[in-house]
Amino acid sequence: MNRKNLMADYAGMIGALALLIVVFSLCTRHFFSAANFQMIANQVPAAVLVATGMTYVLIIAGIDLSVGSVLGFCGAVLGAGLLRWHLPLGAALAVALAAGVGCGAFNGWVSTRWGLPSFIVTLGMMEIGRGGAHLLTQSQTLYIGAPVAWITETSVLGLSLPFLLALGVVVAGQFALSRTVFGRYMVAIGTNEEAVRLSGIDPRPIKITVFVLCGVLVALAAIIDTSRLGQAANPNAGNGFELQAIAAAVIGGTSLMGGRGSVVSTFFGVLIIAVLNTGLAAVGAKDETKRLVTGAVIIGAVILDQYRQRTRPGAG
Amino acid sequence: MAEATPLLAITGLSKAYAAPVLTDVSLDILPGEVHALVGENGAGKSTLSRIVAGLTPADAGELRLRGAPYRPRGKADAERHGIRMVMQELNLVGTLTVAENLFLPSLPRRWGCIDYPRLHHQAREALARVGLDDLNPSRPVHRLGVGQQQLVEIAAGLSRRCDLLILDEPTAALTDPEIERLFTQIARLTAAGTAVLYISHRLEEIQRVARRISILRDGRLVATRNAQTVPLDEVVRLMVGRTLEPAAARQPRSAGPPALQVRGLNRGAAVRDVSFDVRQGEILGFAGLMGSGRTETMRAVFGADRADRGAVFLRGSTRPARIRSPRDAVRHGLALLTENRKEQGLLLSLSVRANITLLCLGRLSRAGTWIRGPRERDAARHWTRALSVRCHSLEQPVAELSGGNQQKVLIAKWLFRDCDVLIFDEPTRGIDVGARFDIYALLDQLAAQGKAIVVVSSDLKELLALCDRIAVMSAGRLAGTFRRGEWTQDNIMAAALSGYRGADGVGTPHEP
Repeated sequence: MNRKNLMADYAGMIGALALLIVVFSLCTRHFFSAANFQMIANQVPAAVLVATGMTYVLIIAGIDLSVGSVLGFCGAVLGAGLLRWHLPLGAALAVALAAGVGCGAFNGWVSTRWGLPSFIVTLGMMEIGRGGAHLLTQSQTLYIGAPVAWITETSVLGLSLPFLLALGVVVAGQFALSRTVFGRYMVAIGTNEEAVRLSGIDPRPIKITVFVLCGVLVALAAIIDTSRLGQAANPNAGNGFELQAIAAAVIGGTSLMGGRGSVVSTFFGVLIIAVLNTGLAAVGAKDETKRLVTGAVIIGAVILDQYRQRTRPGAG
Repeated sequence: MAEATPLLAITGLSKAYAAPVLTDVSLDILPGEVHALVGENGAGKSTLSRIVAGLTPADAGELRLRGAPYRPRGKADAERHGIRMVMQELNLVGTLTVAENLFLPSLPRRWGCIDYPRLHHQAREALARVGLDDLNPSRPVHRLGVGQQQLVEIAAGLSRRCDLLILDEPTAALTDPEIERLFTQIARLTAAGTAVLYISHRLEEIQRVARRISILRDGRLVATRNAQTVPLDEVVRLMVGRTLEPAAARQPRSAGPPALQVRGLNRGAAVRDVSFDVRQGEILGFAGLMGSGRTETMRAVFGADRADRGAVFLRGSTRPARIRSPRDAVRHGLALLTENRKEQGLLLSLSVRANITLLCLGRLSRAGTWIRGPRERDAARHWTRALSVRCHSLEQPVAELSGGNQQKVLIAKWLFRDCDVLIFDEPTRGIDVGARFDIYALLDQLAAQGKAIVVVSSDLKELLALCDRIAVMSAGRLAGTFRRGEWTQDNIMAAALSGYRGADGVGTPHEP
């Protein structure tokens, strides 16, 4: 990896984030406070995990539209496991994670086995997951309470356990992407899958693994979300998460065509969206306005990124 | 050149992207002449023609068309001025029919709907001009072979009146009879006063068709010569700026034990009962017409497509090797360098380094997981030097390299993997003369090191210069194998045609 280019990439994201924070701090007194930042830090972990998984899938030139529904499904599995099947907490968590693995493996296996675009397969999984979540919860919010409360309430040095987990995943995810053989294969597959196949590397197990990793991250996000949102499993949890995750990845410069992306940049993408949302709320913007602005930011970020790609030194 | 007013006069033309591509180029094109433009890849031929065709603006310099200043604002503007370009890369819309493609910008209309009877009538006329009389104009373009697509593209260029036609590598995918037909059409056009700017790597062809040759090197015009009288050696010397060793000065090799033996290979109608051997230290050529099944044979040997029947034996083993995927093939030490470098070989947007090391990351990493950066860079540096790949840095995306250097990157990738049998499908397609000789020398060296090499090529002269033996395919079968000394161009061509009855099958691509 070219270290200088990499730092320059992050500098843009950090600059944009800093700019947003400065603007909102100047606009309203309520924004620049430890409490507010802590709130943001507690909000983002689930989104960071899902967006990291999405980034991986996008890099291999796939897409996973099912992340939101699978998040709802894994949360439902957790709730049903604890309340209906009366599993101990450890077992219920394991079953929820297994549900994520299963959904990811299904997405990966079906799309590679029959050569289907992942857009189609995960579109199907999006319906299946949501259906499964409603089936397991009988369309009701399952209140779990204390058994999962500790997950969000534990904190180290003022940072919640989920936030630390998300940070760890981002760092590990970025290293795996840029420094391991597996990560290099991912980028190569996203760039030209046929060339990789004709080089004697079977792309299928790698693609399936990426979908499984995405599923695991979504299941972790589901556990965190369940714990955060009133310790309850809601069948509608994660609605619209897929678009949020894609938006975060795209703001971070990940290409929808595959072969290019960075987990750290996606992390900043999530933060930018979160700061934008809380900041707009702090200045009293309505929900409608928030969505208008967020949409504009996504488009603007992609245009900026295109411009940066074109003028990057050495790419002339 | 005071004999006539030039149709197009170019003076002091310059263009730079990151680096200068064209510097102070001046030349003129006379009405009714075929003016050839030659130069190595990256010499600026394409940029020059793109400027003339209105696809790219110039930075400096002047164009005058029939004495009046000419500054095209775009392709459509250039076409209004009577200048058309047929591109090297196919610009056809695959799902549309031949007729629709031919008249795409100006489909004949009637009450707002496409007037199909008239369209097909016009299309048949246009196709007849390039000798495609029996091509059905309502056939979708993606069902045609590459050669026919190229002819359709040329027909599109010829179908509308123009004063200057720019042809960029028009014969790259054509068979000999198709080339003859194209030349007849060019002669007809020039007789009617149309000028042709003809870009090609094939110098013999240029000498036949062109009146003058302009030679570009590194973005500068080196010379303009009379095409009929200038010796080809001199053109090559002007292009590359040095004298090239003739490829025929090759040492005779002594072939070793068999490295690859293929027996009774079948795949659909494209490959029928093909058997051949390659020995260590030997270069075996595969000649044949377009669509004779050479590429399909190699893909089946390599496991890229599953063979219906047949066996492959490696290193003289009596037990057939089980090759059902490229992965198996690579494990057995086979390498396939595909004919479409960009689509099937390179990771275009990735660096030279990442392309070279892709197959050996296991060796360059700790526990097969963590890539050792310095080791990877050392390996990439070693191979770029060994094959003298020209690039700014190891981090340069391969998309920015010239065709010859891209091919060298691919060869480096496979050599690093240390395979024993290398199959090259059209290794010099679209590669300029200088780099072509580098690649010939490289193949020669590899054979001398004991590698077994198979070269599929449509350039018979290339095979004659390079190979120890030449196998000829015709209509999916192996029509004969000739040893150096036994072969003549005539007996190879006769074998290549033997599988097609009469003239009707010649050059007809196989049906899927």
